[in-house]
Amino acid sequence: MSTQKEYWGSRVGLVLAMAGNAVGLGNFLRFPVQAVNNGGGAFIIPYLVSFLVMGIPLLWIEWSMGRFGGKSGHHSAPFIFDRFDKRRFWKYFGVFGIWTNLAVAAYYCYIESWTMSYVIHSIGRTFDGMTQLQVANFFSDYINIGTTTTGIPYEAVIFYVLCLLLNTWILSQGLAGGVERTAKIGMPLLILFGAFLAIRGLTLGTSGATPEHPDANAWAGLNFLWDPQFDSLWNPKVWLAAAGQIFFTLSVGMGTIHCYAAYVNSKDDIALNAMSAGWMNEFVEVVLGSLIVIPIAAGYLGLDWVKENAGFGMAFQTMPFLFENWGPLLAALAGVFWFGLLFFAGITSSLAMGTPWMGFMRDEFSWSRQKSAWSFGAIVLTLGMPTVFLYNYGVFGEYDYWAGTVSLVLFALAESILFAWIFGMDKGWDEITSGADMRVPSFYRFIIKYITPVFLLFVFIGSVFSPLNGDWAGAVSSLFSGNGWVLDNGSLIKQVMNSGIKEQIMNATNPGQKAHLEDQLFYINGARFLLMMVFLGICYLVYIACKQQKQEGKTA
Amino acid sequence: MTTTAVVMMILTMGIVTSFTAYLFWKVLKTPPKSSRED
Repeated sequence: MSTQKEYWGSRVGLVLAMAGNAVGLGNFLRFPVQAVNNGGGAFIIPYLVSFLVMGIPLLWIEWSMGRFGGKSGHHSAPFIFDRFDKRRFWKYFGVFGIWTNLAVAAYYCYIESWTMSYVIHSIGRTFDGMTQLQVANFFSDYINIGTTTTGIPYEAVIFYVLCLLLNTWILSQGLAGGVERTAKIGMPLLILFGAFLAIRGLTLGTSGATPEHPDANAWAGLNFLWDPQFDSLWNPKVWLAAAGQIFFTLSVGMGTIHCYAAYVNSKDDIALNAMSAGWMNEFVEVVLGSLIVIPIAAGYLGLDWVKENAGFGMAFQTMPFLFENWGPLLAALAGVFWFGLLFFAGITSSLAMGTPWMGFMRDEFSWSRQKSAWSFGAIVLTLGMPTVFLYNYGVFGEYDYWAGTVSLVLFALAESILFAWIFGMDKGWDEITSGADMRVPSFYRFIIKYITPVFLLFVFIGSVFSPLNGDWAGAVSSLFSGNGWVLDNGSLIKQVMNSGIKEQIMNATNPGQKAHLEDQLFYINGARFLLMMVFLGICYLVYIACKQQKQEGKTA
Repeated sequence: MTTTAVVMMILTMGIVTSFTAYLFWKVLKTPPKSSRED
């Protein structure tokens, strides 16, 4: 248990750091794509409902769990959970709150390094005169380790290492001197850059139409995003996507919020701070996030193109090309602003991912701040190398699926049960409202106890039994007509069995393609093995820490 | 853009921006209890 108590430097710093933890690449890249893929305007209502009945309750649960654990000197999920229930199971379940961060940081820092590199390319006007295809190919060349876009060999690896070094160095400067200072600089800049690009997206209109794309219209993109389609509210697929987005965007179910909140003074408010950080994230996502990628892309390439091509790659493969329409100076500025905002969104989140491991090692093994920060860097580098070198073999996606998707839902479901049902809602409510600088609406007591866990269970079951093509109505009628429930290859059950890739191998006719897919299957299984080893390794450390505490006569 | 889309966008963005601004203003205005008692 830690004797080296550290606190946030200021209340604003804490809120900005928490908001920075939540605001990530997903706010600008995942949210608009999810909205487009789930019926545009139909997505917004389930999204906001999910925020109110799942997002806000989870924020309050995690902030209060963190502050409660911090009172006894614990800053990581395993021992924070232990404070809520002494059964051994919870300590080991809390390992997810460290493991998820290590695994997500491994691939997240890689994306962050792309944004660093693209800032430099934007300043250097690399994309000047390139066609859309050339810009897209530039990205493929960049992530292909064997090629170089700057003349520096292994540049993707070098940028990744640089990015990780920067993260580690900031973490080694401590909470107030490193993380908080970065958030105080990064968050205002992010909002400034975002506002500039959002105004461009909002005012672009039809000025980007060309003979090649005569229907290009930014407002058509906005119309598609915001035109409500109330019939889609009955589609579980849209609700699952909306709830999933809330997870990603708020960074709940990871253990980072617990860790940050554990450094809050026990007398201080968490209710207002949590709400402020949560709503700030929503502002960045709903207001800025919806006004950049989709309207700008629709403004130059048309809505049909956006519907067909909406995806994560647009940020790197399309946006630099579109900025070139704005003239040399504005194009360079827009590139720096766009990739700069993505970089700040990324680094404020990846720094948060470092703190649970550091908190754990400092609390339970009395490691110094420097030692715990650099050990985080070393683990992430080791875990991250396969995602860099084997990006084209699905390793990146495998990390994202298990650590960045499944683990979040499981962790959040478990913590909501632990908080509301095992610790008890009476004590839990006292924790949320203790020192509160706002009146917490009393109906949230009911929501936290009943609605949030049921909602989370629905999300979890939905991902385990996801039907073919997300067609829930079709799956139910198929079940009742005796034809069974056909699972989608994206469902958890099929993912465990690698059904999708095995199907692809079976259907492959080209020997080269078949060999590539077989290699991919091998590397995917390898990635799972590596992730599992890390999880078991942290479990072992928890075991050792408990043993040490028992020997020292402290209660574990 | 259709009228419903404009209304939906302005309403949602207005609500989100207002909540964000109000809550952050409240954070700025209310000093933490630990410093109040120090």
